[in-house]
Amino acid sequence: MKIIVNGIEHTLSVEPEMPLLWVLRDELGITGPKYGCGIAQCGACSVMIDGRATRSCSVPIGQVDAPVTTIEGLGAPDALHVVQEAWIAHQVAQCGYCQAGQIMAATAFLAKTPDPTDDQIDAAMSANLCRCGTYPRIRAAMKTAAAALRGDAA
Amino acid sequence: MSRIGTITRRTFMVGTAAISGGIALGFYAYKEPIDNPLLDGLGAGEAAITPYVKIDQNGVTIITPRADSGQGAYSVQAALVAEELDVDLGAITIDPGVPSAAYFNGKVIAEGLPFASTDMGTLAKGARSMGQVLGKIMGVQVTGGSSTVADAYEKLRIAGAVARETLKQVAADKTGLAADVLRTQDGRVLLPDGTSIAYTALAASKVEPISKVTLRDQSDWRYLTKSMQRIDMVQKSTGTLTYGIDLRFDGMVFATVRTNPRLGGGVRGFDAIDARAARGVIDVIPVTGGAAVVADNTWRAFRAADMIEFDWGDAPYPHEQADMWDTVSQSFTKAHQDSQFKDTGDVDAALTTGETLSAEYRIPYLGHAPLEPLNAVVKYDGTRLDVWTGTQIPLFMVGNIERLHGISADNIHIQNQYMGGSFGRRLEDDYVQQAVEIALSMPNVPIKMTWSREEDMTHDFPRPMQIARASGAVENGAVTAFDLAIAAASTTASQMSRIGQPAFGPDVAIVAGAWDQPLAIPNYRVTGYRAPALVPVSSWRSVGASGNAFFHNGFLDELFHKAGADPLEELLRLCDHDLSRKVLQAVGEMSDWGTPLGANRGRGIAFTVAFGVPTAEVVTVTNTPQGIKIDEVFVAAEVGKVIDPVNFQNQAEGGVIWALGHAMNCEVTFADGMAEQTNFHAYEAMRMYQTPKVTVRALENGPDVRGIGEPTVPPAAPALANAIYAATGLRIREMPMNKHIDFV
Ligand code: FES
Ligand code: FES
Repeated sequence: MKIIVNGIEHTLSVEPEMPLLWVLRDELGITGPKYGCGIAQCGACSVMIDGRATRSCSVPIGQVDAPVTTIEGLGAPDALHVVQEAWIAHQVAQCGYCQAGQIMAATAFLAKTPDPTDDQIDAAMSANLCRCGTYPRIRAAMKTAAAALRGDAA
Repeated sequence: MSRIGTITRRTFMVGTAAISGGIALGFYAYKEPIDNPLLDGLGAGEAAITPYVKIDQNGVTIITPRADSGQGAYSVQAALVAEELDVDLGAITIDPGVPSAAYFNGKVIAEGLPFASTDMGTLAKGARSMGQVLGKIMGVQVTGGSSTVADAYEKLRIAGAVARETLKQVAADKTGLAADVLRTQDGRVLLPDGTSIAYTALAASKVEPISKVTLRDQSDWRYLTKSMQRIDMVQKSTGTLTYGIDLRFDGMVFATVRTNPRLGGGVRGFDAIDARAARGVIDVIPVTGGAAVVADNTWRAFRAADMIEFDWGDAPYPHEQADMWDTVSQSFTKAHQDSQFKDTGDVDAALTTGETLSAEYRIPYLGHAPLEPLNAVVKYDGTRLDVWTGTQIPLFMVGNIERLHGISADNIHIQNQYMGGSFGRRLEDDYVQQAVEIALSMPNVPIKMTWSREEDMTHDFPRPMQIARASGAVENGAVTAFDLAIAAASTTASQMSRIGQPAFGPDVAIVAGAWDQPLAIPNYRVTGYRAPALVPVSSWRSVGASGNAFFHNGFLDELFHKAGADPLEELLRLCDHDLSRKVLQAVGEMSDWGTPLGANRGRGIAFTVAFGVPTAEVVTVTNTPQGIKIDEVFVAAEVGKVIDPVNFQNQAEGGVIWALGHAMNCEVTFADGMAEQTNFHAYEAMRMYQTPKVTVRALENGPDVRGIGEPTVPPAAPALANAIYAATGLRIREMPMNKHIDFV
């Protein structure tokens, strides 16, 4: 079984029903995607498969047929993605445990919705739980990120 | 050996504190020294000038003993030291340090005493200093009670100043210059000739710590009171921060546990034949109350654990929720009376005149459910035990491991980890004790034990369920009598039992946030009744006040309306604490209190002093055809001084969202002795589409610096209930409120 994660191909021999999340975390040591609920309720495990935000806890590895991008593949501390820059500028994170998932969901959404309304942001992001209550800052960071992605002057 | 031989094994905090910045507090008179834990195992060329600062050739490390569960504790502790030490916050390393009595938290005990925080009487002040002494004697290294900033504000600045002055003295000795011609900046001692010496180059020198320091004036501050970039923000935004659950060591195996969801009921037996045969399973090990599965992958451990057939014992409490309510309900008796800290005027007589009102309020069990399920990494080599986990109670944890597993404290090494939330959950160490059981059965292997979300939700230590009975009277448009009786199991007794200690005296938590409010109601009584222990309970963000503020503010609002009074005006009239009055005035101004809101809308106010922070909140709602929409929340809080404005706002907002989310739709209920809510589908709290706009204002009129992690929680739920009443006429006296009204 082969899987491409952040541009690197890995060969695995695991049960096809093992969720992608646990392949990433325990088999490949990629720990940006987090375990929060395991049943697609919290979004902490969100990654992109072929550009679509996906809950890796609920996708069996046997069904992954396209390249996977995790938060580690989006940007790095010395090469930040625009969305990550906005997250840092707005000091969004509290415990931060949900934020990799929030950022992946936001990035996938903004790619398709470059000029989102508040309601669109709320609808897109309400599947991602944040127990610390960082929602107001996520909203603000998404607007900053959207403007930057559109190339608007700040 | 270039180690600083002349440093004695003492902390210099105690000796130096009394002379600095005019803080002649009683507790500094307690001079029995405490060992500086950094002096153990100090390498060549390393200096540990105070328990909070360690310097070697590679750089400066600031020890941040209060745990970081997302509240920014590491950043604020580092900033307090860095401000005086003159180091660039971006250039230092932080380390949570080892569990040690040197890192005692005096404030957390001081605030748990039966004196209102607004009480500045001699007895109250004396008891608070006594709390500080107790904290030191008992070595209470605890993160909680919004006490981190309050406890650290002077302590850590002094530590930074002592280190700075000591480094200057070393430089003076080296250069033959007088120390007072030297200055410091960004980790270097500056000489008058324009050259400089790095702190790191001074670390290997012999040094006697300076004992006289003066703290800097606020006008010279570089970091404090300005918005700081949190030291973990880039890592948290790039998936590169390692939480406890992310740790990985060579040869690590992955474990999970299943224990009886009838909490404390034990296990009669289990059949693990299928689990043992499952792919990747290394072993199935009995642990207290259940079994652990050790595998080569966490998911394989989860799956195998699901295959075990358990025969669970019965719970030591009534199995059904209705019976639990009956137990609490039957506790309003003389025999169960626990406290009556407030009894002003003649309440019984006052309740026979004017217009009277009575009501019963209820709040459910609520779990903490931090987003990172509980976990711990453990390794035991036959003598030495290593534990890597996020904890608010490292020192108690060592004691518990020693007591429960017979490993001597000297051989227990705990490395605190970043936590994906806690909200009080990691004031318990049950998950660690389980992991230690596994380690003892499987020595010489690093084991990462992770709970499934279902295990986490069904083995929480919730906030206690509570019932309040309230009566009151109004006359001539004013509240004349207020009588509140609260029944709950004792959180404190439950917690103390788990560290092997008895709990003495009344439990302040049963009435906190209700008995201690600065309102001059002429006839005013608050009585606590201790219900029998039911499920094990613990501190939930803002502890007793989280529920008692709902009773207190909800029923007060009922009386205000009965009297025909404006709630804010009546609160201002009754409030006899100047700092609190300013908070009430501020929130009134912020929310345009008194101006018309329009049809189907309502405003509610609530006010609570908790953890020494007077906080007033106004919630506005709209009653839409689909249900209640929470529009806006206004928060005014008195904290003495805001150390970091961005983090202040983040914590204040987070507290409001936490409180409103749980008030809307969360409860933990028991059936057949087990929690019925097993995952977030049944325990949602707030999601983004429901999140109101939150506006926060900090007031800085008071003398004491306070933390804001919890104080915005208590007033939020009652302000919401009062707003719903204003918009709809429906009085909600029970949480979660979605039992009575829909939310959109
Ligand atoms: S862990 Fe995947 S949605 Fe919660
Ligand atoms: S920042 Fe803690 S769960 Fe979102």
